[in-house]
Amino acid sequence: MMRLSWFNTVSLTLGFAFLYIPMIILVIYSFNDSQLVTVWAGFSTRWYGELLQNEAFLNAAWVTLKVAVFSSTIATVLGTMAAYVLVRGGRFMGRTLFSGMIYAPLVMPEVITGLSLLLLFIGIGLDRGVLTIVLAHTTFSMCYVSVVVSSRLITFDKSLEEAALDLGCSQAEAFRLVTLPIIAPAVISGWLLAFTLSLDDLVIASFTAGPSATTLPIKIFSAVRLGVSPEINALSTLMIAIVTVGVITASLVSKRAMVRQQRDEQEAARAQ
Amino acid sequence: MGQPETAPRSATGEMPHAGVFEPWNDPAESPLIRFRNVTKRFGEFTAIDDLTLDIYEREFFALLGPSGCGKTTMMRMLAGFEAPTEGVIELSGQDIAPIPPNKRAVNMMFQSYALFPHLSVWENIAFGLRRDRMPKRDLEARVEEMLRLTRLDQFARRKPHQISGGQRQRVALARSLAKAPKLLLLDEPLGALDKKLRQDTQFELMDIQEKTGTTFVIVTHDQEEAMTVASRVAVMDNGRIIQADTPARIYESPSSVYVADFIGDVNIIQGRATPDGDEAYRVDWAQGQTPLTASSATRFEPGQACHLAIRPEKVTISSDRPADAANAVQGKVHDIAYLGNLSTYHVELPGGVIIKAQTANTRRLSRRSYTWEDTVWLSWTATAGVLLAG
Repeated sequence: MMRLSWFNTVSLTLGFAFLYIPMIILVIYSFNDSQLVTVWAGFSTRWYGELLQNEAFLNAAWVTLKVAVFSSTIATVLGTMAAYVLVRGGRFMGRTLFSGMIYAPLVMPEVITGLSLLLLFIGIGLDRGVLTIVLAHTTFSMCYVSVVVSSRLITFDKSLEEAALDLGCSQAEAFRLVTLPIIAPAVISGWLLAFTLSLDDLVIASFTAGPSATTLPIKIFSAVRLGVSPEINALSTLMIAIVTVGVITASLVSKRAMVRQQRDEQEAARAQ
Repeated sequence: MGQPETAPRSATGEMPHAGVFEPWNDPAESPLIRFRNVTKRFGEFTAIDDLTLDIYEREFFALLGPSGCGKTTMMRMLAGFEAPTEGVIELSGQDIAPIPPNKRAVNMMFQSYALFPHLSVWENIAFGLRRDRMPKRDLEARVEEMLRLTRLDQFARRKPHQISGGQRQRVALARSLAKAPKLLLLDEPLGALDKKLRQDTQFELMDIQEKTGTTFVIVTHDQEEAMTVASRVAVMDNGRIIQADTPARIYESPSSVYVADFIGDVNIIQGRATPDGDEAYRVDWAQGQTPLTASSATRFEPGQACHLAIRPEKVTISSDRPADAANAVQGKVHDIAYLGNLSTYHVELPGGVIIKAQTANTRRLSRRSYTWEDTVWLSWTATAGVLLAG
């Protein structure tokens, strides 16, 4: 193993310290016994227990999860369809305009997206609640999905679809039986991206949420304004744990798939 | 991998058919495919230019030409991925323009093979049959038959990325043949294989074509491949067919300088033809040199500019002037290309013209008779060359 030079050691330490010290402090203080967030009074897990008793937080968590699942699923369907048309549709009228417009919400300030959606919902008389948050999240996460999926479709060998047509598929069958299974990893990562975007969105949700439905980020934000409670530290630690486990699992699975494929290819090369 | 078990063939690579297989010379035969004045334009660019061509059942037809000559466009029009701008393409007497690719009795083997990476070899081959709702038992029997035909039995459960390039090529072939199409299109089918494997696979393709009796249309830029596998070759350039004929006739009697130059190696001598008896011509080619003699079935006017095309292997090299040669010229050995089995001598004639003469190396290299700067005689018969209009 190579030893790092002192310069590289310092850069590495600084970088990681910058990234992770805030989170480490948060995790440590979630196990604080004291009522006051900044004063250490010994180790305890009491705030995790109290968190499970807190109806408001649990409700908000449930709403957030529902919103994330629905909006990311709808966004994935719409975003994949949009990507397919833009990449495969040929040069139809207004293609450049559409492809520009689909990416515009990526750079649009969230405040403006939120405000315009709020005006729309008021204009058509839609009561704000879970439905409006789902619609709003679908709107902005759809373009992320279409970016991810279209970058996969661009590198997708078009002759695979032609082969499917040649072997008797209709256009729809060719998409369902050949294109979709092959681009599935991109579609799934698009879904995951939309899901996480929806999970931690505060700005757009606060414009479109109503009194009947509050998401977890809104709940945390408003609770913190009244003073940070150790309960929120506990909640945040749980969220960090879930995300960490998810990321590690995903990378292990994809690493194993890659190793297996490499082994198969080597075997095939030897078999020649 | 073992060697393909191919029956011995004649040295010229011609198909060993019972009797002569020449439906294009039989007026009673009706063609399977007819291109009638087909033109295809992409915007300003004309890919196919007023092309008329007949291809017959059971033919192994090769479209040969440089990239961009329109050969792939022709194939894609047959498969249904492009529609002709003008003209009609008929398959068994029926205009195929309104028929979408999935309804045509035509299958295609793609240059990239286009194997479905998420399906096993078995499922890849079964793919087209499933679209036809073929009963399970028939489907299984057909897939097994295809696996046997292409010697893939032991790889049926593998995914495309788990097999070698040559095996992938055979899966692509099996998949496109599984539906027993009237016509199989092969787009540069051997382009991705190395030379040795390509030669074995060429014979395998011919065997399979014979066994199944399917009409094959192959697109290639490799003239050796076209000559080996095809019953007829169409040499294309700029969206037109320059000559369509058997490999032997394309090689021995090219209709133009382009075809002579495109297929194999050739010496072109420019000159002026003067009729000198029945189908015989005198060719004046350089000041102060004895005129050459050549024969030609096409008529040349006295003094008409012409090109005399002679294959290097038809030119004999000798140290003394051959007594009875119809054409003999003297020159100096300029270069020697040693290819192992053959040597090509580049001989410079007094006027600066370089003529290539090819000899088989039947002796060991150390016993070679001629070397650089030697003065030698080149000779060829009156019928060795082809006289082409200039």
